[in-house]
Amino acid sequence: MEKTVALEMRKVSKYFGEVIANKDVDLTVYQGEILAILGENGSGKTTLMNMIAGIYYPDEGQVFVRGEEVLIRSPHDAFAQGIGMIHQHFKLVDVFTAAQNIVLGVNDGKKYKLSDINARVQEIADKYGFHIDPKKKIYEMSVSEKQTVEIVKVLYRGADILILDEPTAVLTPQETQKLFAVLKKMKEDGKSIIIITHKLHEVLSVSDRVAVLRKGEYIGSVETKGATELSLTEMMVGRKVELNIERSEPKDVKDRLVVTGLHCKNRDGVEMLNDVSFVARSGEILGVAGIAGSGQRELLEAIAGLQHLESGEILYHDPVSEQEVNLRDKTPLQIRELGVRLSFVPEDRLGMGLVGNMDIVDNMMLRSYRKGKSFFVDRKKPQTLAETIIEELEVATPGVHTPVRRLSGGNVQKVLVGREIAASPKVLMAAYPVRGLDINSSYTIYNLLNKQKENGVAVIFVGEDLDVLIDLCDRILVIGGGRVTGVVDARTTTKEEIGLLMTKSDSIGEIKAEEQTEGAENE
Amino acid sequence: MSNAVKAVKEPLFHIEKRASLPAWKAWAIRGGALLVALVVSCILSGLFLGGNPFAFFSSVFSGAFGTSTRINTLLKELSLLLCVSLAVVPAFKMKFWNLGANGQILAGCIATTACMIYLNGVVPPAVLYILMFVSAILAGAIWAVIPAIFKAIWNTNESLFTLMMNYIAEGLVAFFLTLWATDGSGTLNPIKDAMLPKIGGEDFILPLIVAIVLTAAMYIYMRFTKHGYEISVVGESENTAKYVGINVKKVVIRTLIVSGALCGLVGCLLSGAINGNISTSMHDGMGFTAIMVAWLAKFNPAIMAVMAFVVIFVERGAAFASRQMGVTNSAFPSIVTGIIFFFVIACEFFIEYKLKFRSKKKGGNE
Repeated sequence: MEKTVALEMRKVSKYFGEVIANKDVDLTVYQGEILAILGENGSGKTTLMNMIAGIYYPDEGQVFVRGEEVLIRSPHDAFAQGIGMIHQHFKLVDVFTAAQNIVLGVNDGKKYKLSDINARVQEIADKYGFHIDPKKKIYEMSVSEKQTVEIVKVLYRGADILILDEPTAVLTPQETQKLFAVLKKMKEDGKSIIIITHKLHEVLSVSDRVAVLRKGEYIGSVETKGATELSLTEMMVGRKVELNIERSEPKDVKDRLVVTGLHCKNRDGVEMLNDVSFVARSGEILGVAGIAGSGQRELLEAIAGLQHLESGEILYHDPVSEQEVNLRDKTPLQIRELGVRLSFVPEDRLGMGLVGNMDIVDNMMLRSYRKGKSFFVDRKKPQTLAETIIEELEVATPGVHTPVRRLSGGNVQKVLVGREIAASPKVLMAAYPVRGLDINSSYTIYNLLNKQKENGVAVIFVGEDLDVLIDLCDRILVIGGGRVTGVVDARTTTKEEIGLLMTKSDSIGEIKAEEQTEGAENE
Repeated sequence: MSNAVKAVKEPLFHIEKRASLPAWKAWAIRGGALLVALVVSCILSGLFLGGNPFAFFSSVFSGAFGTSTRINTLLKELSLLLCVSLAVVPAFKMKFWNLGANGQILAGCIATTACMIYLNGVVPPAVLYILMFVSAILAGAIWAVIPAIFKAIWNTNESLFTLMMNYIAEGLVAFFLTLWATDGSGTLNPIKDAMLPKIGGEDFILPLIVAIVLTAAMYIYMRFTKHGYEISVVGESENTAKYVGINVKKVVIRTLIVSGALCGLVGCLLSGAINGNISTSMHDGMGFTAIMVAWLAKFNPAIMAVMAFVVIFVERGAAFASRQMGVTNSAFPSIVTGIIFFFVIACEFFIEYKLKFRSKKKGGNE
């Protein structure tokens, strides 16, 4: 088969101050192929794509589209070249319909007639097999529907080079399969698709070719056919790696945290937790799976004393005093004063767990600075703790006085997890602790959690990667739409089973039923 | 493709983030900006006022430092401005936008003047002095804590609230003036015999001492105390503060008490040590200038002293130089002050970023 070059980058570099985001990257994308860009976090994938999409301007190098050198100085220029990017965070107007969002910003001199646009949108959707209702408003849509709108938006503008930045991060396994089917249809239509991801099995299942970046540099590209997860990882990391999580059998299992009938509403009065009950046990990792925004965050914050509860109880069994403490309606300070050893690694690391502008020492003392009656703070012990954590967890930092926002994602997380573990907790809650971390850092975190489990801590792990949840946890609590939809044994369950449970809440259940009947009609 | 993109050249320049600059280079840029600003001001003075531009330049300096009286006044104004700047630091560091320093100063002025009027001769001087200080500090604190309580409990907008409190304070001053100025003139004669003693016979020494002590105290408070630590955490991220169990409401209220108390103290200096009376404009807009000083110094008390000096030097120098050139209204000195601040603030951009111009050689094209 003859291949036409759709896009080519030659010696493209981009710097942010001292930081090299991309250095002399050469990249070729052919017409009618799906190219996966693979790389650890901070390897410059998104920066590189942003330069094609007109968000950044390259400091050095040239970009060729269909053989001609072009300058892409704005997203507008990118569209003129037929390049469209679907960003990780959607950029849609909530109160507009799908079609209105799609046409927003299109300036083709034509008269704006909504019925025509609706028809065009429907036409595009039918061509590639999207399910989209042009008249539906964005705020009524699920995450996957919003993503569909973003993709159609780009197609509507006539893009034939599409860039998708981690499109599957917010999707269930079933939705991911549907997305991939659509991508393959677009490919057959002659479009070039670039997909950024760090999930290896997805790379293997959808792409034709894989280009690997490491530390901002282009390492090479391989045909997907001949690649394996291990060979791609080695390209990405640059050396041999072990991808095994050692899961020990739970020992000395006792109920540590008994949660019954939690109800809670968010600020707008929307019910976020609906009758949630579960038990977290010592010496065990309890995974929490669910589509993003199903109530995971509210659940952990409720236990940590940061969320007002409508009803329900959170009972903590103190292993030392053998007493039961109800944590409901207590502030974080009261919880600590009751002697409850609860550590919490929140999802929002720099917005909640740490203070980005403070150095490592000052972040160490966030939890402990109150100790003692002195008017002044004691920075000696936090400094020692900071040094210990830097050494033991191999935090890459210029020093203890570096503001944590300057550290890379993995190192930020090591600092946070290190601090929370240093408080020798009896319950350790971690929300998405490996989000955005590279493979090595991820495994460091998994090992830390495993070690806590072996020490008899009740670990609650909220995760998004189902493969990891299945490999790491002992039991998995699945929530959908604020309800517990199931608790499964991680050793015997499958991804599909969890995926189905994730979407089992009432409203989404209906959509599923609809899809099934539609599928039947097609056959 | 026959669209516009094809023929375009590389843009003339684009902006790039700098690698972190060594401190001396950053200060060299700032100093350079000040110098350039002065030169531009001189050229403008030559254009608009006629005369020798360099005469303007030198009279800026002589206006600021020319005689010992001028130096004393400079030090006095510098001290007062620095005190107000230090007072706004805790609130701003907490991201509580306190625009009410003027009103808090006036509250202190009212309390001090009231003591001077009603207690002079009633209590021994030493007691009077202490009461003047204490009442001014309390008045300033009360004026600041009212918006703080509303913010903490009902999450009202503190910028508007504190701003409005300024007008109420000015109204109160006007009211007390009609009460106290019995001759109907609306101005109060200095109550000389109730004023705080002049150290060394000069009125700049007491403010200067207060400013020096406050600078050190504020540095220690913000950096080494638990209060200061809590203020930083609340200011950086309220979520983090809640997560670690800091009582945000308590911190907001406590910090504004400190902030307002220091403004009240400045009011005591103004009414009790310098003027001996009160007027609606006694704050001289310092509450706003102080915000600029604090921001320019990134809330570092030592650098704030430098910035306060720059501000006062420019204001006084420009005013004097304009008078020398025969300008009687305040428009020209305001222009000069504006130019200088523009340069000083704009140069921060060049410390953070650099411009990368299109390279001359056109590389590797067919």
